[in-house]
Amino acid sequence: MKAAPFDYALAHDLDHALTFLDQYGMDAKLIAGGQSLVPMMAMRLARPEWLIDINRINALKRIELTSTHLTTGACVRQRDVEYNEPVTRALPLIKKALHWVGHQQTRNRGTVGGSLVYADPSAELPLTALLLDATLHLESHQEGARSLLASEFFMGPMFTAVSDTECLTHIDWPIWSGPRVASAFEETAIRKGDFAMASAAAQLQLDANGRVLRATFGVGGMDGTPRVFPQLAQQMVGLTATEIDLKAIAQEAVQDCEPGNDMHCSSDYRRHLARVLLERVIDQTLQRALAQ
Amino acid sequence: MINKQAIQLRVNGTLYEREVEPRTTLVDFLRDELALTGTHVGCEHGVCGACSVMLNDEPIRSCCAFAVQVNGASITTVEGLAPQRGVMSKLQDAFCETHALQCGYCTPGMLVACHDLLQHTPHPTKEEVREAISGNLCRCTGYQQIVDAVMLATAPEGETHVK
Amino acid sequence: MSSKQVLSNAKPFKYIGKHRRAVEHQRFVLGQGHFAADIQRPGMLHVALISSPYASAKILSIDAKAALDMPGVVDVLSGEELWANVDATLPGVDAPHVTRYPLAGTHARYAGEWVAAVVATSRALAEDAAEWVNIEYEVLPHVVDPEEALLPSAPLVHPKHGSNVIFHRHFVWGEVDQEMAACTHQLSYRVKWARNSTVPIETFAVACEWSDAQGVMDVWASIQMPKFPDQVAKALRLPGNAVRVHFDVDVGGSYGVKRGLKHTILVAYLAKKLGRPVRLVEDRLENMRGGDMQGPDRIFDVTLGFEPDGLVKCMKMRALDDIGAYSGRSPLQLGKPVGAIVGPYTIHSVAYDAMAVMTNKTPQEAVRGFGQAPTNYAIESGMDKVARFLQMDRIALRKRNLIAPDQFPYLIPSGTHYDSGDYAVVFDKALKEANIEELIAKRDRLREQGILAGIGFSTCLEPSGGNSSFEPLFNPKNDTTTWMDSCLVRVDLSGSVTALMGTSSSGQSHETLVSTVVAEVLDRDPEGIRVLKADSLNALPSNSPVGSRMAIMLGGAAAGAAKKIKQKLMRLAAHHLKVREEELVYEGGAIHVASDPSRALTWAALIEIMHRKYHLLPPGMEPGLQEKFVWEVPTGGGLPTAEGRIQMYPCHSFESHVILASIDPGTFKVHIHRYVCGHDCGVMISPDVVHGMTYGGIAHGLGAALMEKFAYSEDGQLLAGTFMDYLLPSAHEVPEITIVDHCTPSPLTEFGQKGSGEAGYLGSPAAMASAINDALSPLGAHIDHLPMTPQALWQACASQSQALDAKHALTI
Repeated sequence: MKAAPFDYALAHDLDHALTFLDQYGMDAKLIAGGQSLVPMMAMRLARPEWLIDINRINALKRIELTSTHLTTGACVRQRDVEYNEPVTRALPLIKKALHWVGHQQTRNRGTVGGSLVYADPSAELPLTALLLDATLHLESHQEGARSLLASEFFMGPMFTAVSDTECLTHIDWPIWSGPRVASAFEETAIRKGDFAMASAAAQLQLDANGRVLRATFGVGGMDGTPRVFPQLAQQMVGLTATEIDLKAIAQEAVQDCEPGNDMHCSSDYRRHLARVLLERVIDQTLQRALAQ
Repeated sequence: MINKQAIQLRVNGTLYEREVEPRTTLVDFLRDELALTGTHVGCEHGVCGACSVMLNDEPIRSCCAFAVQVNGASITTVEGLAPQRGVMSKLQDAFCETHALQCGYCTPGMLVACHDLLQHTPHPTKEEVREAISGNLCRCTGYQQIVDAVMLATAPEGETHVK
Repeated sequence: MSSKQVLSNAKPFKYIGKHRRAVEHQRFVLGQGHFAADIQRPGMLHVALISSPYASAKILSIDAKAALDMPGVVDVLSGEELWANVDATLPGVDAPHVTRYPLAGTHARYAGEWVAAVVATSRALAEDAAEWVNIEYEVLPHVVDPEEALLPSAPLVHPKHGSNVIFHRHFVWGEVDQEMAACTHQLSYRVKWARNSTVPIETFAVACEWSDAQGVMDVWASIQMPKFPDQVAKALRLPGNAVRVHFDVDVGGSYGVKRGLKHTILVAYLAKKLGRPVRLVEDRLENMRGGDMQGPDRIFDVTLGFEPDGLVKCMKMRALDDIGAYSGRSPLQLGKPVGAIVGPYTIHSVAYDAMAVMTNKTPQEAVRGFGQAPTNYAIESGMDKVARFLQMDRIALRKRNLIAPDQFPYLIPSGTHYDSGDYAVVFDKALKEANIEELIAKRDRLREQGILAGIGFSTCLEPSGGNSSFEPLFNPKNDTTTWMDSCLVRVDLSGSVTALMGTSSSGQSHETLVSTVVAEVLDRDPEGIRVLKADSLNALPSNSPVGSRMAIMLGGAAAGAAKKIKQKLMRLAAHHLKVREEELVYEGGAIHVASDPSRALTWAALIEIMHRKYHLLPPGMEPGLQEKFVWEVPTGGGLPTAEGRIQMYPCHSFESHVILASIDPGTFKVHIHRYVCGHDCGVMISPDVVHGMTYGGIAHGLGAALMEKFAYSEDGQLLAGTFMDYLLPSAHEVPEITIVDHCTPSPLTEFGQKGSGEAGYLGSPAAMASAINDALSPLGAHIDHLPMTPQALWQACASQSQALDAKHALTI
């Protein structure tokens, strides 16, 4: 399983990378950690003529934390987020998501941006981005800098809004400040570290009386992209934990999805699984928030 | 024609300068170019972990990196884990003691993963050991004696190295 | 020698049965292993394979012109050329039209079958060129379901054979029909064992180099295959002494599968043709789909006849095995279980209908246990069903049926004597270790919390001492009964000991086995004993580590050779000290007169005489000190009767698994809380090695039970062709396991040892199914097929009522 031949260029900075993309367009692919791309190339499912290495561009590696946002450069390694205490304190959901991403060897190389651009429908970081309404920043020479919400970014299985001449530069992850914010992330795979058969995540905030102030939840692996349910989440606002009909919410959410069939997982079982996981994460989140 | 590129890698302390095709993976470079055949190929798609090496002190899957990508880095392979010739590390010694290997094929990757674990968790629990080796597949041992080896290597008393 | 004698006469072992570091470990932990893909030969060329994309197709043309023009490409080999130059390999059963070559000829019979081979100066260049070979196919009808393949309307995988059934025999041992009719109860069921295999982390790799000057083909291969050098030579139309297989290649795991004939014949042919060394290292895609390392794929239909007290009196078993598109060792995997067809039970009469059918899928190869693991799953499933039917405790049900210790050697209906055993004791040891009362209570507590929880048991045979008795059983034209192994031991002038064995190892620590045995017999330090692997030209005959045979056969041969050395030393000492041998004491390699220890010869002195002082040797004694021992498998040498009765394997190990597992009632993921395995393989020569292989076998078994399957689409496409879809258990999926040992020595071997390489895998899937079905029973659900994935469990429950149905739940 040797990759098809290609040429390689190490981009010194973003401008350099974008120039290559201008020149080679569809024939070029950006590579950061390569944890998804290299196996695809080994199987000759991806065969770019040019590989543009952006993994050494410092500008793409910044981690910045404010009271409202976490900003991660696209080439920030997953492990650098995972082991960054201030970050994971401010945004526990991202650490919970990363817990399920592959294995330590893959997180040592894999990047936050890489997982988002690869856009596997069952991947953890895309679900998290969608859940938190993250903003993804792209740049190209032709169009300059532009920003997309996660909901605009993920378009289909392994398919995003990134054009051939664009590079994802950084991601802003909104932070929910204030008391009684809790989150949960669950997934079921046959082995830990495998692609999820289905996953579910939730984040919510309760007020002093235990009523939902705001909520967001979603599922992965249930459609062409991860799915979040803002309207259903909105219906939870103002309710206490006991007033929330978890079963009904989860049922309605998964009904709205079109899960696929594969050798490990029929669409019926996937639907069942997502429903169970969604109930669990919302319940866990409520319990955690109440306990605070 | 194939455009080879010049790279420099420090492997087990020795600096190498070579020219490689961009598509040469790090594992193939180590094995074919440097004749360091201790690192093994099991799947070439990032699942089995047999190809694990340390890149700048962190374990990675060397089948999932092109050698050109890691130009300038410092690599440690299984051949570089022993403190010196004729002396095994405590971990290697423990592997021998608890029968933590049979065919030996996954062993280099396992040693790298365990070596890394001990760098930052000197006294791991059994669960932590299993988590650390969860990205390394073994078909011989059922993992039991590997966990035993790490627990032995990190037990409170004992010498640092064994001849 | 009876087992009683072994126990009472033997002084305690000095080295056997003790903790000892395997000598092999040192090279592996230092990264100094010597695997086939590590072999570099000057000027070596590399092979990449082109596979058929279709399950069944006529190959119309192969146009390699563009490929041959590419840089580094030396050759593109088609089936047409290969068929003209090598001989086909034939199946182990009588089916002369089911021929097999490394490359497809006019037809491709499975998706993944190798159609052409590209040879280039690097593997990467060979893969590049492979994309430019233009092959035209005419797609033909195919069949992938084994039961469909039996229908008259099914497309024939090998039209010349006339049928998709490559083997069928109906054995009747005893008055089954009568006894079945006389039984108070009968119960019929079907279970399915999905295609899985041991999938070593190292794929198959082989390098060959032909020397014109010597007329020898050197072969370095990752091999575990009886009579491999002979079969390679035969296919290449070379005399046997023109092929030199280097057995000192370390094999990265095999557990049965690395038979490698087609890979080696292909590469050897290319090496000879091109006059350069050639190497093939299967990549994982080639390995999974085209490497023929898939395993048994069975449907069992079983009927048990039993009495109200739980005694199972008779069994009818029909085993339909889907062997894929070609036959390697595979149909014979229906034969080996004949030697333990009743498991550890006193079942009195048996009808066994064994059928091997071909489909357009990757061929099946030998897998750990050679068919015994699926058979044990089928038998144990039945025992649980009988218990459930009778509302009887599953432990009591088994004990009602276990062969009792005073019944050994025990003759089973199909003609095999089980040599020794004490099954109830091993079962009890496992139950005690598992703290069964507490385990039941824990299970019940889990159930109260709404979790599906179950305890599983299995009590299973592990026949050992593999030999070829299933060959004449399944093919009367093949009257072969020799299945030997050998060892040569030499003591050199310096007094150091070297032993030679004639086969490769794939993790079984044979060097440790042999040095421990030789040390025991010669009473010398095992660490000083070097064990080497001869190559096939200078090796004594061996039949490879298969069928859990090496502790018995290689251990026995090493002991035999060492004993001859010792006898020779005694004879020399008697001659030199002018006493009778009976008056001498052998101790630590030195010999002294019992009544006067000052009259002695040291080891060094003895060796000196042997090597340098011919004038002091007894008349007629060979100078030097080297002895060989070649022997036949104990109880071997017999041919089957007309009814197909045969003494299959000599020694019978036994295992008993006890598992507590739970199933998440939402996700249906399985969690194992406790795993205990009681194990009896007689005297363990290397306990660490035996335990290691048992843990590994259990891991294989759990994979087969819960997650491994070579799944195919209706189009005959392998869906599980990478490690992303064929799921191997990691350290998270294999639980902590406790092994409890018991020893009923074999009366047939030197030290009382039995074989044990297949342990764990043979009983684990059965026990896991037992636990899962116990967990599902309160829902009135059950599952009768593997793997028991979360989805499969969900499906099993989905149609059932969710209400707790106490009637279906057994107490235990």
